[in-house]
Amino acid sequence: MNDIVFKGIDTPNLRQLAVYEANGGYAAVRKALKDIKPDELIEMVKQSGLRGRGGAGFPTGMKWSFVPKVSAEPKYVVVNADESEPGTFKDRELMEKNPHQLLEGIILAAWAIGSHKSFIYIRGEFAHIAKILEAAALEAEARGYLGKNIFGSGFDLDLVIHRGAGAYICGEETALLDSLEGFRGQPRLKPPFPAVKGLYGGPTIVNNVETLSFVPFIVNEGPAAFRKFGTEKSPGTKIFSVSGPVKKPGNYELPLGTPLRKLLEEICGGMLGGHELLAVIPGGSSVPVWNKDYLDVPLDFESVAAKGSLLGSGGVIVMSSKTSMVAATLNLTRFYRHESCGKCTPCREGTYWMEKVLGRIHRGLGMPGDLELLLDLCSTLEGRSFCALGDAAAMPVRSSILMFRDEYEARIREAAGGKTPETAGSR
Amino acid sequence: MALEFKPAVVDECRKIISRYPQPRSAVLPLLYVAQREFGYVPKEAEALVADLLELPPADVAGVVSFYTMFHRQPVGKYVVQVCRTLSCAIMGGDNLADHLQKKLGIGPGETTPDGKFTLKWVECLASCGTAPVVQINDDYHENLTIQELDRLLDSLR
Ligand SMILES: Cc1cc2nc3c(=O)[nH]c(=O)nc-3n(C[C@H](O)[C@H](O)[C@H](O)COP(=O)(O)O)c2cc1C
Ligand code: FES
Repeated sequence: MNDIVFKGIDTPNLRQLAVYEANGGYAAVRKALKDIKPDELIEMVKQSGLRGRGGAGFPTGMKWSFVPKVSAEPKYVVVNADESEPGTFKDRELMEKNPHQLLEGIILAAWAIGSHKSFIYIRGEFAHIAKILEAAALEAEARGYLGKNIFGSGFDLDLVIHRGAGAYICGEETALLDSLEGFRGQPRLKPPFPAVKGLYGGPTIVNNVETLSFVPFIVNEGPAAFRKFGTEKSPGTKIFSVSGPVKKPGNYELPLGTPLRKLLEEICGGMLGGHELLAVIPGGSSVPVWNKDYLDVPLDFESVAAKGSLLGSGGVIVMSSKTSMVAATLNLTRFYRHESCGKCTPCREGTYWMEKVLGRIHRGLGMPGDLELLLDLCSTLEGRSFCALGDAAAMPVRSSILMFRDEYEARIREAAGGKTPETAGSR
Repeated sequence: MALEFKPAVVDECRKIISRYPQPRSAVLPLLYVAQREFGYVPKEAEALVADLLELPPADVAGVVSFYTMFHRQPVGKYVVQVCRTLSCAIMGGDNLADHLQKKLGIGPGETTPDGKFTLKWVECLASCGTAPVVQINDDYHENLTIQELDRLLDSLR
């Protein structure tokens, strides 16, 4: 456990440059700027098989290779530190405790694609973490890791830490770019992908905090060392953020392919007293929920997808018999309705109607046909909204009806009473 | 009297703007400056920001209204933000929310008559492993029980 990005994460004062350096920090940058050509670096990341840790699992090296070598417009590295997917809280710990590892990843990415300006887009609520990053960037600049002519290499890199202001959609990479340009954060049509036409129209790579934090290790130890962990198609380790009524919730870095049972029973110590496992959402709120029959699924991109869900951001939300699945689904649907940016009709209207119908089922006012209505609403969202938020909103609804239909039907049957059941998650 | 930024604040804003390839990108940071200076973002502050960025005020208003962290009305000294998303809700966040409404005698979006507290419901704060969580101004308070929350609020009174 904690083999790569969380290695030594609790070292006292790791935030300070001197401590980070004493633990081998910035060796990768020194090595790369001296001895590794940008193309070779991209090749290394490709060979490592590193895939994006922000949710989609897109191969990082391939993304970098889409950036044109020569561009009239400046190129940019943008870090997605929006961390707004419910159930996910890993980037926060990475930035709070080891900000220089991220900075090192950014410098390496910028070197690889030939960018001289980078941004960390951090969610607005992380005001205290933005300060930690600012302090780290100042230290790095004073030491010559950022700024002009880094170690006499002739390579310049300026870093700006930019706070968002409260909007889930700004985690979506193109909405993030619109927000960073000073507009309302609404998604853009893809293609063109940001790697070709991104920030201010220039080629831009957008990468998650965790993704970039892996790059120094890959440079120091080589792609093969990274591949020692994980599976053939999902190499390396990944941070899993576990929340809900388990004994030891928290962030754990594990090899991809670790079975869910091991994570929940061994590492998190099982359920809290008085709680019985009911359901697990394995990859952040935007992925299908499982009932308790899926404990033996290995947590890697392929295995989770083969079992009908997605690895997503690695936010593992555990629910117990004390939670009503109707209430939980209503909670998430309310979230998506609130966070829909309003740009496209299927998402804006679909999330509104799903919340209404779920709300009445929850309040004991459900009607026969409501489940069909909900599934129908899911169909109007899936693949038909402008960005993936619409798909995300449909996931909990469709999957929970699939997995927990009995609870929904019982509640609709009992509807005559019309009273609010005593369960959490309904607000 | 018309609202104005102090000269030092104008300098600060210009410095922020200079960090960006295009001035418009500085709209969120400048709005944060305005909120810090005035306690909230009144219409006139939108105009000040628009002026510095050479944008139509309506563009700035459009941005302000899109995000949840800018207050368009005055708020209390302490903005108490309760996470209501799933992990917090199932770990007791709902109870905290109910308790706060009773204790403060106000609903979400409202401010106590003494101007001390504003109550807000917010979405997942990326603190789900230490749920339930309440953010008061910039500070996170995690793993909260009702008793701890009471003690915390009393210490702020
Ligand atoms: C609605 C929505 C919200 C998202 N939120 C985040 C987020 O908070 N953090 C993140 O890293 N990626 C988020 N993503 C994924 C990004 O769009 C993008 O895939 C990611 O930043 C790419 O980086 P990676 O390849 O390193 O994972 C979100 C996507 C969608 C559709
Ligand atoms: S659900 Fe409350 S912090 Fe994530």
